[in-house]
Amino acid sequence: MAGPSNAGEIAAELSTRPGHRSLGASLVRWLVIGVSLVFLGALLAAPLAAVFAMAIEKGWTAYFSSFADPDTRAAIRLTLLTAAIVVPVNTVFGITAAWCIAKFEFRGKSFLITMIDLPLAVSPVVSGLIYVLLFGLNGWFGAWLMENEISIVYALPGIVLATMFVTFPYVARELIPLMQQLGNDEEEAAITLGAGGWFTFFRVTLPKIRWGLVYGIILCNARAMGEFGAVSVVSGNIRGLTTTMPLHIEILYNEYNFVGAFAVASMLSLLAVVTLIIKTLVERSGYRRR
Amino acid sequence: MKNAGRREPNVIPGFGITLGFTTFFLCAIVLLPLSALVLKAAGMDFARFMDVITSPRAIASYKLSFGASMVAAGVNMVFGFAIAWSLVRYDFPGRKFVDAIIDMPFALPTAVSGIALTTVFAGNGWIGQYLEPLGIQVAYNWIGITVALTLIGMPFVVRTVQPALAEVQRDLEDAAETLGAGRFYVFRRIIVPTVLPALLTGFTLAFARAVGEYGSVIFIAGNMPMKTEITPLLIVIRLEEFDYAGAAALGCVMLAISFVMLLAINLLQVWGRKRMMVSR
Repeated sequence: MAGPSNAGEIAAELSTRPGHRSLGASLVRWLVIGVSLVFLGALLAAPLAAVFAMAIEKGWTAYFSSFADPDTRAAIRLTLLTAAIVVPVNTVFGITAAWCIAKFEFRGKSFLITMIDLPLAVSPVVSGLIYVLLFGLNGWFGAWLMENEISIVYALPGIVLATMFVTFPYVARELIPLMQQLGNDEEEAAITLGAGGWFTFFRVTLPKIRWGLVYGIILCNARAMGEFGAVSVVSGNIRGLTTTMPLHIEILYNEYNFVGAFAVASMLSLLAVVTLIIKTLVERSGYRRR
Repeated sequence: MKNAGRREPNVIPGFGITLGFTTFFLCAIVLLPLSALVLKAAGMDFARFMDVITSPRAIASYKLSFGASMVAAGVNMVFGFAIAWSLVRYDFPGRKFVDAIIDMPFALPTAVSGIALTTVFAGNGWIGQYLEPLGIQVAYNWIGITVALTLIGMPFVVRTVQPALAEVQRDLEDAAETLGAGRFYVFRRIIVPTVLPALLTGFTLAFARAVGEYGSVIFIAGNMPMKTEITPLLIVIRLEEFDYAGAAALGCVMLAISFVMLLAINLLQVWGRKRMMVSR
């Protein structure tokens, strides 16, 4: 915080003007800030602090021993595996979609953008339900899958698909406006000078969009690891097999194993905090969301 | 930008392959599964479909989901405006920190915020213990549902209002004040009209997110049929009863609501942009 910020300067300037009701103004000012902080404190800070307080309520030994539970470990592994599949796939999709939408003019483009954003508007429960209807026992492909002994719903593929649906737009919607704004000039120059498509992408486009890409990927990852509703519908909650970390939290919580539940929750909270820190750093580096 | 509208041969490669991949992937992951939902519901007998979606339990769940989401989005409109105002207009210790944690609900898994809110607002919780003697029971109640929905909708309002508030022309305010306008008059006649489209967009975004929310609500809701049962939970219950058609019918209602919300958001944004143009 070096030097007075813009708001501070303006406030200082305003207070020197004649007719300025400084007492009333500063009263309003502190009232608004106070109300905002109390609201955020009750809604954000208190619950977040409660997660860590509950996790270490019975001491650090109990906290760490809850991670020794094989089911908890399985849940952590499943969450990491799911994110490891979903995030790269959606990143490739996001880059491809952004390239196609930002670099070319074609009919139906705005419709395509709307369709890409669609999963954000759909309830998580519905996002899971659609895969159950497609691949479940009574679903379109249910009988065929049964014959060939392939399980999608209540197994890893279903969890991956539901997570992929929910996090589908994250990278794309970050890159599309960014690449549209950056324009095509540099890419055109590179191509005209004889560079290949891949070379142009990696050496010209990627350096320009890297912060937007990081931004999209970390948000995609946070949602992929934390998704509850959609995954809960397709997972079948088979303990130690198809429970991701958020689902495992639910199981432990409903068994009144609060230390266990909040210990897992504390890990996901740390993930959220790290995500926010990276996001803030990306914004500091000059990246602005569009 | 300068090429817009002009048809000239585009030297950039990869149009066919990227459009093909994007469309294929979109169809496989999003459109095909969504059409399975619609077709499943369309395959139902119409009378049965109506029976499911107008059953008293379903109606009670719509009322709760809509009511709580509406209240939550309304609360967010007021407090979200105050937060955005503090962040844009004032400087105070920790402003940057507050600005950074606004997005917490986007990053925090819903199950975590669900159990955390329940703990804090339960009768013996940090905040609940002070509200209980006042006769306010938050957890396992519609108030708790509203609190959870307020949390997840908060960043939508703050993040849409913030840029709009930064756009308000300060010279206009100064001019009005110099001409003798009171603070409240300036607020009502200059600031509110400029920020209104953003405020309504934020409200709609928060509402749209809240209506479909599941994870953060089910822990604090108590989940009593007819009383504290939200529509997404009713879908899950139908699925657990292997009533796929019933779940699909309710899912279609939710999907229709999503489409209406998307349309409303788009219209609001168009309106906001038009107003912005006029005011310049």
